[in-house]
Amino acid sequence: MKVREPLSAAAMEPDEGGRYGVYGGRYAPETLMAPLEELSRAYDRLRRKRTFQRRLNHLLEHYVGRPTPLYFAERLTEHLGGARVYLKREDLLHTGAHKINNALGQVLLAKEMGKNRIIAETGAGQHGVATATAAALLGLDCVVYMGQEDMRRQRLNVYRMQLLGAEVAPVDAGSQTLKDAINEAFRDWVASFADTHYVLGTVTGPEPYPRMVRQFHSVIGAEARRQLRRLAGTPDPDVAVACVGGGSNAMGLFSAFLDRPDVLLVGVEAGGRGPELGDHAARFSGGTLGVLHGARTLVLQDEEGQVVGTHSVSAGLDYPAVGPEHVFLHAQGQIEFTSATDQEAIEGFHLLSATEGILPALESAHAIAEVRRRAPEMEPDQVILVNLSGRGDKDVESVLEYDAASGTPDGGAQ
Amino acid sequence: MSPRRKRRSRGAIAAAFSRCGRRKRSAFIPFLVAGDPSLEATPDLLRALVAGGADVIELGVAFSDPIADGPTIQRGSHRALAAGSSLAAVLGIVERHREELGVPIVLFTYYNPVHARGVEAFAVQAAGSGVDGVLCVDLPPDEGLRELQPALEERGVDSIYLIAATSTRERIDRAAAASNGFVYYTARSDVTGEREDLIPTLAREVKRVRRRVRLPVAVGFGISTPHQVEEVAKVAHGVVVGSALVRLVEENAAEPDLAARLERRVGELTAPLRG
Repeated sequence: MKVREPLSAAAMEPDEGGRYGVYGGRYAPETLMAPLEELSRAYDRLRRKRTFQRRLNHLLEHYVGRPTPLYFAERLTEHLGGARVYLKREDLLHTGAHKINNALGQVLLAKEMGKNRIIAETGAGQHGVATATAAALLGLDCVVYMGQEDMRRQRLNVYRMQLLGAEVAPVDAGSQTLKDAINEAFRDWVASFADTHYVLGTVTGPEPYPRMVRQFHSVIGAEARRQLRRLAGTPDPDVAVACVGGGSNAMGLFSAFLDRPDVLLVGVEAGGRGPELGDHAARFSGGTLGVLHGARTLVLQDEEGQVVGTHSVSAGLDYPAVGPEHVFLHAQGQIEFTSATDQEAIEGFHLLSATEGILPALESAHAIAEVRRRAPEMEPDQVILVNLSGRGDKDVESVLEYDAASGTPDGGAQ
Repeated sequence: MSPRRKRRSRGAIAAAFSRCGRRKRSAFIPFLVAGDPSLEATPDLLRALVAGGADVIELGVAFSDPIADGPTIQRGSHRALAAGSSLAAVLGIVERHREELGVPIVLFTYYNPVHARGVEAFAVQAAGSGVDGVLCVDLPPDEGLRELQPALEERGVDSIYLIAATSTRERIDRAAAASNGFVYYTARSDVTGEREDLIPTLAREVKRVRRRVRLPVAVGFGISTPHQVEEVAKVAHGVVVGSALVRLVEENAAEPDLAARLERRVGELTAPLRG
């Protein structure tokens, strides 16, 4: 049963300016244009080079731990009483989230390009930890920019990065979260690109980042299809669900199903405290078209084009823009977007922990919240595939704080 | 290029550079963030720039995420936004004071505020309020030629593009072909801010650009002292000073004679140009 119109093959790749329809592009200061062009060329050369692919695949298998399991969540399925729920276990990767797929790919690319210094931004800390790990593995210097508010929320990850030999540079500008960390990383790169590669952590930013980051994560969806065929008897689920901050784990999963119009693709944004501007990070309900961090995309902004603050209990979704390909695919009727509030995400966190013994990252808990709403409405022979993009150990403190403040029994018992 | 009828720029910027050329000196182009420290103070500060010897004014539009700016201008933008500045407010200031000031005004902005307004609406309002040129920091000619320049050109507003030390020959040619009025060469591959030393290779780099560009070449980023102005003026048609003036505004924001202090400072910076 088709749930979407088939997407033309031409629409699956951006044009040479990095545009997906009217989205994307390369809106960068002139100083960065030549380095970005150099990066596009180097990436296009290396992704076709067999030795590079072999090296990356070898590390993904033996160091990172791919393929990750696909797991039938039997007790969760029983509990929800509807569709069968399968979890793609990216949380089991080295460093605890899907982020390492891209970080390792880009750091390997940087090494091939002759760069000896790596910079990155991080929100939840997972991309920062992944990049610091890849830099340590390949012997490159690493600086990770992180908003001070996020450093407070994710202090264990800060220390992890330091243990890995990275310098964590606090960003005290603006909202002190992910967007400000990206600003600061770009400022560093403007001055340092001669010996430095900027490992942008999601499918945003100027060309070539959106397509490059998607490609490094496309292994998620490719594996899931193969595994689903074996486990569920069909490679194509009825619904595929992923949380969307910048949108890298979602693009990684969805990329395998773009030419499968019978799969409903659902992205889940951070609904935060509620629908007021400033209280959430739901770009598809509250955003307007804008240009931020190098791409034309949906942005949470005021009428004068000033970017507004966002809120989410999960630092990794707390970002005012979204990957341009998501906006394009949404406009083409290919991806449905919904959101889960802080409260729903926390409940999703508890639900998966209690039914399956898996603590999900608060980001991934937004996807679980959507499964909780959707599965009971579906038939028992239907399949929901969820990208469990990260593990929740980093969030235990945030959940504890949230539960204590809201007086729920789960938190109160501690 | 736009299919629409192309109108020539009104030429106030070109005229300012020609006037300086006839006097055998470089143009002085100060930068301030509009609305820093307050919208009320801005007209006086602009008058001070002119009184101190500005030939063209770069008027900064504050933006929440200024990725190409260093700490000084970031703080200036932050102060301006906190004081209620916005693209609409800046256009209002230009409309009320452009004629009285008598020097060309270039809006120095990030693209998103322009995009949010809508490029057509922005072009109409910019032209209507007397803006002479627009420089969008994060809108290189690759994107600008398609989406903003045609609308500006139709209303006689100049588009100015940046050339960086990293720009390839192709990119220099592209920026030069697209710009009207002048091109802005960023003397350092870095965010904005004051520097103690100017890079020794600057003269050679500016000459590299000048060989390929028929328009006047203004040089900015990192220039803060009269001596540096003098050095840069030897090779460039225009000298841009930004962070040093924004810092002066920051340090003297509470002083009743802020405008007089700014005028004095600009006077010191332009002294070497007066010979």
